[in-house]
Amino acid sequence: MPHDHHDDSPHSLLPSDPALRVKALETILAEKGLIDPAALDAIIDFYEHDIGPQIGAGLVARAWLDAEFRAALFDNADAVIDKLGHGGRQGEHVVAVENTPQTHNLVVCTLCSCYPWPLLGIPPGWYKSDAYRSRAVREPRAVLAEFGVSLGDETAVRVWDSTAEIRYLVVPMRPAGTNGMSEAELAKLVTRDAMIGTAVIGSAS
Amino acid sequence: MTRSHDMGGRFGDGPIPRGDDESKVFESNWHARALALTLAVGALGKWNIDASRHSRERLPPKDYARFGYYEKWIGALANLMVEHGIISTDEITTGRMIEPGDPMLVDRALLATRVEAVLRGGGPSKRNTDDAPAFALGQRVTTREMAENTTVNGGHTRLPSYAAGRTGTIIMQHGAHVFPDSNAHFNGEAAEQLYTVSFRATDLWQHPEAGSNPKSTSPQDEVCLDLWQSYLTPAP
Repeated sequence: MPHDHHDDSPHSLLPSDPALRVKALETILAEKGLIDPAALDAIIDFYEHDIGPQIGAGLVARAWLDAEFRAALFDNADAVIDKLGHGGRQGEHVVAVENTPQTHNLVVCTLCSCYPWPLLGIPPGWYKSDAYRSRAVREPRAVLAEFGVSLGDETAVRVWDSTAEIRYLVVPMRPAGTNGMSEAELAKLVTRDAMIGTAVIGSAS
Repeated sequence: MTRSHDMGGRFGDGPIPRGDDESKVFESNWHARALALTLAVGALGKWNIDASRHSRERLPPKDYARFGYYEKWIGALANLMVEHGIISTDEITTGRMIEPGDPMLVDRALLATRVEAVLRGGGPSKRNTDDAPAFALGQRVTTREMAENTTVNGGHTRLPSYAAGRTGTIIMQHGAHVFPDSNAHFNGEAAEQLYTVSFRATDLWQHPEAGSNPKSTSPQDEVCLDLWQSYLTPAP
């Protein structure tokens, strides 16, 4: 142990084109009866259509409108998410963190790419990039500036490095000019990046 | 002492790469197939998520660096499948089945009708325990000096090197969670208390960003990590 993969390790025997690598493994496994290609289609369909940032956005919008819901979300997000049926793979344990004028939250996974799938969907490419993983913990303000977010000294940055199975959901600040909006209207303003912490939501006026 | 994946704080990676169309869930069809294949094979139950992560981490550094995200997944999946006897290197080389699948595994193949229930069910890592947490909220703790697995040489751990040997404050207690350093090597779940520990940026980096001036009265930038009890000792 731990069986390091060397040049002669199995993955180096695969075709050089990554698409063909996947195809080769899928073909072998289907022939062996170990995968059902229709199940692969169903997995892709689930992540393309059934879940995504709209789930997280719904939670944020409701937290903006409903003080009791908001308190419950920050107190025990798992219970709230479970009750609404939004749990699942890579969202088994969730903590909601609140942006305020004093604190801006930013989520990363430096060791791999942990992300709250059932609430935000599959993470975007940049979230999984070496640059985001390496820099978000050491220079979060520079990273935020690349995303067009500039914070003053009065706002502290709190970076969450997702090193275990706890997944973090950033609840952004409700923008000005949104009084009287419905939950559905508010949810449309809440972006995926705002729930990761690489965006803030601008005034709706 | 470290592996390529342990890149938090590393210099030289340049600007964050942004996609042309970030609303797309998968940038290409094979990315989607790679993810689905990994989940479907994982459902056979031959390994766990920690072993799966460790397999990606064990890719040779030159491959880890040049592979895209889903290429890492596919490479690691191929290696795990051979290690666990699911497929053979001859099958990989020829691209065809040579031996039929183990009937016990064929019985466990994930069917399309079960997909949604499996994905919505997930796999919680929290475990019931009678053990009380050793560290209290607000307590100062110091992480292990070396970000290495203490029992397996080169083994899996979730203590990043940038946070090794540093002192922070317990800000959350999460109860007992499966311990990846053990579970990744099939040495049992060995659930341990898990905490969120907050570190001041000034305690992690030689040159923290402006906004982290310890003499300033402004609020301090922090980095919070989820760390298992055996990574921690009371701060001196």
